[in-house]
Amino acid sequence: MPIDFEALYQSESRRVLATLIRLLGDFDLAEEALHDAFAAALEQWPTQGVPGNPRAWLVSTGRFKAVDAIRRRARFSPLEGHAEPADPGADPGAEQPELEDDRLRLIFTCCHPALAPEARSALTLREVCGLTTEEIARAFLVGPSTLAQRIVRAKAKIKEAGIPYEVPSRSELPERTETVLQVVYLIFNEGYAASSGVSLTRADLSGEAIRLGRLLVELMPEQEALGLLALMLIQESRRAARATPEGDVVLLEDQDRSLWDQGLIAEGMALAGRAMASSQLGPYALQAEIAAVHARALRAQDTDWKRIVGLYDQLASLVPTPVVALNRAVAVAMAEGPAAGLALVDGLLAQGGLAEYHWAHAAKADLCRRLGKAEEARASYQRALDLAGSEPEQRFLRQRLAQWAPK
Amino acid sequence: MKYACFGYFDEEQFAKVPQDKALAMMDDCWAYDDDVLRKGGHYLGGEGLDSPKNSTTLRYQNGKVTVTDGPFTETKEQVGGLMILEAKDLNEAIRLISNHPGMKMGPWEIRPIADMTPMIKASEERRRAARS
Repeated sequence: MPIDFEALYQSESRRVLATLIRLLGDFDLAEEALHDAFAAALEQWPTQGVPGNPRAWLVSTGRFKAVDAIRRRARFSPLEGHAEPADPGADPGAEQPELEDDRLRLIFTCCHPALAPEARSALTLREVCGLTTEEIARAFLVGPSTLAQRIVRAKAKIKEAGIPYEVPSRSELPERTETVLQVVYLIFNEGYAASSGVSLTRADLSGEAIRLGRLLVELMPEQEALGLLALMLIQESRRAARATPEGDVVLLEDQDRSLWDQGLIAEGMALAGRAMASSQLGPYALQAEIAAVHARALRAQDTDWKRIVGLYDQLASLVPTPVVALNRAVAVAMAEGPAAGLALVDGLLAQGGLAEYHWAHAAKADLCRRLGKAEEARASYQRALDLAGSEPEQRFLRQRLAQWAPK
Repeated sequence: MKYACFGYFDEEQFAKVPQDKALAMMDDCWAYDDDVLRKGGHYLGGEGLDSPKNSTTLRYQNGKVTVTDGPFTETKEQVGGLMILEAKDLNEAIRLISNHPGMKMGPWEIRPIADMTPMIKASEERRRAARS
């Protein structure tokens, strides 16, 4: 019976790598060791049979080959001394019942705040998710050598600055967990924003982020991890509806809700419920619940906007940024009428923080339009268009300009 | 691992702090140095620096050394003091500095100290060879 090495690699390689990094104290050594271990398995298992504990076999084989390689290298170049593997006394065969999964150590290391933000995403996708450098480069729209350099730099920093391979201590855990969640959500948004009309060769970043989110929920009993996964699942559920086949933006209120993935919504809403049950609500839980309220509405006009405003009130107290305030203002407009919303948006624009944010001007334009203020609507749509970044967003605003504020 | 830790502060802002409060802040800093850093075996050395106003900067330009008044960088925040600490890894160094009362005075930079021993040894050999 042929052994499904593909499936084995999919399910085991990341955990084996994470453990090898701990045992060998070096990312590159561990990657080599992983490769060698699988090569050995491909060679030996067809004739010797699959071992009882494949993961332990791969770990101990990889480790043995790495130690062997280090010793051989040391004989040839005595000045280039690699440190002895971190844990020489450990029984190579036994899989130690670690209190913490090595994958958690790996995630916290890849997401360490001492690494540059772009480096955290790149390293996480490479080491935790197993994407190739080329895949990650294409996904982030940077050249492969740029991306490769980023990863090399990150690994060097880990070594040279002494970033340890560990789960942070209790006192640091909340803040460090937040950093991890930020990295995951950043990766998700890269995939989310690139949903429509982009080349098919871009890796499914949103899918990877969701996979990471699931791993975090599995490994950490952390409320915000639940909230983040819930948020990502519900946002992902709308993928089919949020762009036209040509790649044009479709706003939430205009989306064909029959295209929403109900499976993802159900899972997301269940997780959001659990996250909201916490005594200390975090921003991801709140954002997930807002997404859930939208998901519950069969039609846009069934949306419980009052509840959304209430949730934004709580979110704004935790995350008092202009963007959150803007989103709240839009919700207020839906709950209490455009005049109330416009007053808030004007106030925010006056404060200055949102002056360069095209969605702020687009929101103002929309509210002016609903109040019959055609001139102001046109001016604001134009301002939004001047500031807009992506092609789809520009097309959308140009369309609005033509449709609602004709000269 | 050895880490150099530089504490920055805005001298202008600090001068506005009432004297009794400023002294209390310094007391907290020195108490931490003694009770946590020295007692914990982390403190390898360090100095508080005089005002950046009393700094002198030298530059080598066009074949000669130019001497000017003031610190190297023209920033509001300047180095106020430095410490050399021994910590088992970066996370420990971050913990030690995060809890330092000096954090309230300004940002800190933590930089690993490079082990120059191999390079220095090689340099000595080159210089020895050049003399012979």
